[in-house]
Amino acid sequence: MKTLTILKYQWKDLFRGKWIIGYGLIYLLVADAMIRFGGTGPKAMLSIANVMLLLIPLVGMIYGALYLYQSREFTELLLAQPLNRRTLFWGLFGGVAMPLALAFSLGVGLPMLYSGIIATSPIVSVLLVLVLGNVLTLLFTGLGFWLALAFFNDRIKGLGFALVSWLFLAILYDGLVLLTIVTFGDYPIEKPMLALALINPIDLARITVLLNFDVSALMGYTGAVFSRFFGSMLGMSVAAGCLMIWLGLPLWRSVQLFKKKDF
Amino acid sequence: MRAFLNIAALILWMVSQVQLVSARQLTVAPNGPVSSVKEGIALASSGDTLVLKEGHYDEYDITVDKPLTIIGEGQVVIDGNRKGFVLVITADDVTVKNIEVRHASTSFMEDYAGILVENTNNTVIENVTLTDNFFGIYLAKSSNALIKDNHITASGGRETSSGNGIHLWYSKDIDIQGNYVEGHRDGLYFEFVEGATISGNVSEHNIRYGIHFMYSDNCRYEGNTFRDNGGGVAVMYTQNVEIINNRFEDNWGSSAYGMLLKEINRSQIEGNEFVNNSVGLYIEATSRNSIKKNSFRQNGWAIKLMANSTDNRFTENNFIANSFEISTNSRQNYNAFDNNYWSQYEGYDLDKDGIGDVPHRPVRLFSIIVEKHPPSLLLLRSLLIDILDAAEKFMPVLTPETLIDSQPKMTKIL
Repeated sequence: MKTLTILKYQWKDLFRGKWIIGYGLIYLLVADAMIRFGGTGPKAMLSIANVMLLLIPLVGMIYGALYLYQSREFTELLLAQPLNRRTLFWGLFGGVAMPLALAFSLGVGLPMLYSGIIATSPIVSVLLVLVLGNVLTLLFTGLGFWLALAFFNDRIKGLGFALVSWLFLAILYDGLVLLTIVTFGDYPIEKPMLALALINPIDLARITVLLNFDVSALMGYTGAVFSRFFGSMLGMSVAAGCLMIWLGLPLWRSVQLFKKKDF
Repeated sequence: MRAFLNIAALILWMVSQVQLVSARQLTVAPNGPVSSVKEGIALASSGDTLVLKEGHYDEYDITVDKPLTIIGEGQVVIDGNRKGFVLVITADDVTVKNIEVRHASTSFMEDYAGILVENTNNTVIENVTLTDNFFGIYLAKSSNALIKDNHITASGGRETSSGNGIHLWYSKDIDIQGNYVEGHRDGLYFEFVEGATISGNVSEHNIRYGIHFMYSDNCRYEGNTFRDNGGGVAVMYTQNVEIINNRFEDNWGSSAYGMLLKEINRSQIEGNEFVNNSVGLYIEATSRNSIKKNSFRQNGWAIKLMANSTDNRFTENNFIANSFEISTNSRQNYNAFDNNYWSQYEGYDLDKDGIGDVPHRPVRLFSIIVEKHPPSLLLLRSLLIDILDAAEKFMPVLTPETLIDSQPKMTKIL
């Protein structure tokens, strides 16, 4: 109950800031443009998924960290009240992550609705984009919180780490994977490769998108390990499971840090 | 006596004339006076019509050695019980209609078939259902046959224990229309065939190829659908084929191609749809063909073009939402691309003439990386890969410099 009250204040604060509305508008514009120019085929959904994979981790992490820094006084004020710290944490987290998820869902969902793409394209790909977007939002806001709590007194460090983590997970990590593949290409590296991909949440989300939109290409791969992994429900369920672990881990660490923190 | 002989001769002559003019009709029924097909054929003479009444006939190696018309009435099943061939046609002008042929024998030595047609002319096989035969319809050294509206299914598990649906060998001027083939080794198989027309057939869920086509010049296939076959469709070692308005879809696998072209020359490939295949069109050692007005949608690779193919011309094709548009194995290219629509095209059209102002490079750097290091396929749609691709597009170092469409269309070609 108290969590909800905190949530409510957070929401009011966020919407007063207009930032969140702008964030939703970006998705609205992107999705609208993609559908308008990409046609109602799978191409539009794929482009939206691509933008989502790029933008959500960045915004989620930066905004998560930033918000915790900004609402420091508010948090300290609330801590003076007879409040459970766990309750307070979930109030704060929900107050940021849920509006972000909502902005994404509305921004992407509305163009799909009024363009009618929701009826014409397979329901699985629509659901995939929406669910994956929401999971990624929660995941990366959680990561942002974790970083902010770990470097609570040094904003520059916290935000810097958030930015670098994004750069690492989104680009550099794939570079390392590519390098590994090129270097150890002569060895049976399929299983380690799959494991490597499952470690990075952005890659995980990307592979889930691939499983939906590029199966025909993935099935063209000669290795048995890949085709068995990608060709069955196994791939989807393993990817979903790993994403859930990734969702839980930063939040669990954050709660730990938040409970012990001396503000 | 002499007069009597004369009259007898006259009568005999007249009878024979009557027979020539109006053929007799013989009826075979499971519980009638003539109860087996073999008996019926033995009793019939050339040009007769054999009507099979509804029922189940357990017979095999039925040889049709005179021009007959064999027509089934109702549910007529001839069951070979896996003992040999079922129907063997060795005479000209034989017509088989409206029956079902089941269970030809399976063998590693002999090509047992539901219907074997050998050394004949003018055979018609129409509206026949072939169920669970080793080979379905097998034509050897025959010409002018019509194979129409047959339904050919089998459930062979492996390549070795399964034969082809419609198998043609050394035949000429064959018309194959509106058949349905499923679950065989190759749906349709052509070797040394001349001038065949294959139209409106559906060949799906076969173990190897939907159609396997070799050394068969001057053939035409039109309006067929090939779906979910183990290896897709293979067309090899042939000149002057017309492949028009066919559909190739859902062929998934590491060696599955919508259509594989190997050593095909001077042929037309027009108006086909390649949808949802691992590789839409695989081209190897193939020259001087026109590939025009085809649609490639949602394939892993729309076209894999091997560098030993030359002088092919790709015009007015649609490439829509494929993971890779074209991949190749060399920096050399001797083929021409123009006026295609590429959904991955990122250029602009300032003069509004419907043609993009900058050329399109359909070979991505990433497709070359994947060709060399297959596991890197896992990085598809990664931001890093997009950045690498963009860099390569500005300054091609690894991708073939001449494989470009200098006049890419801005909108889909209808």
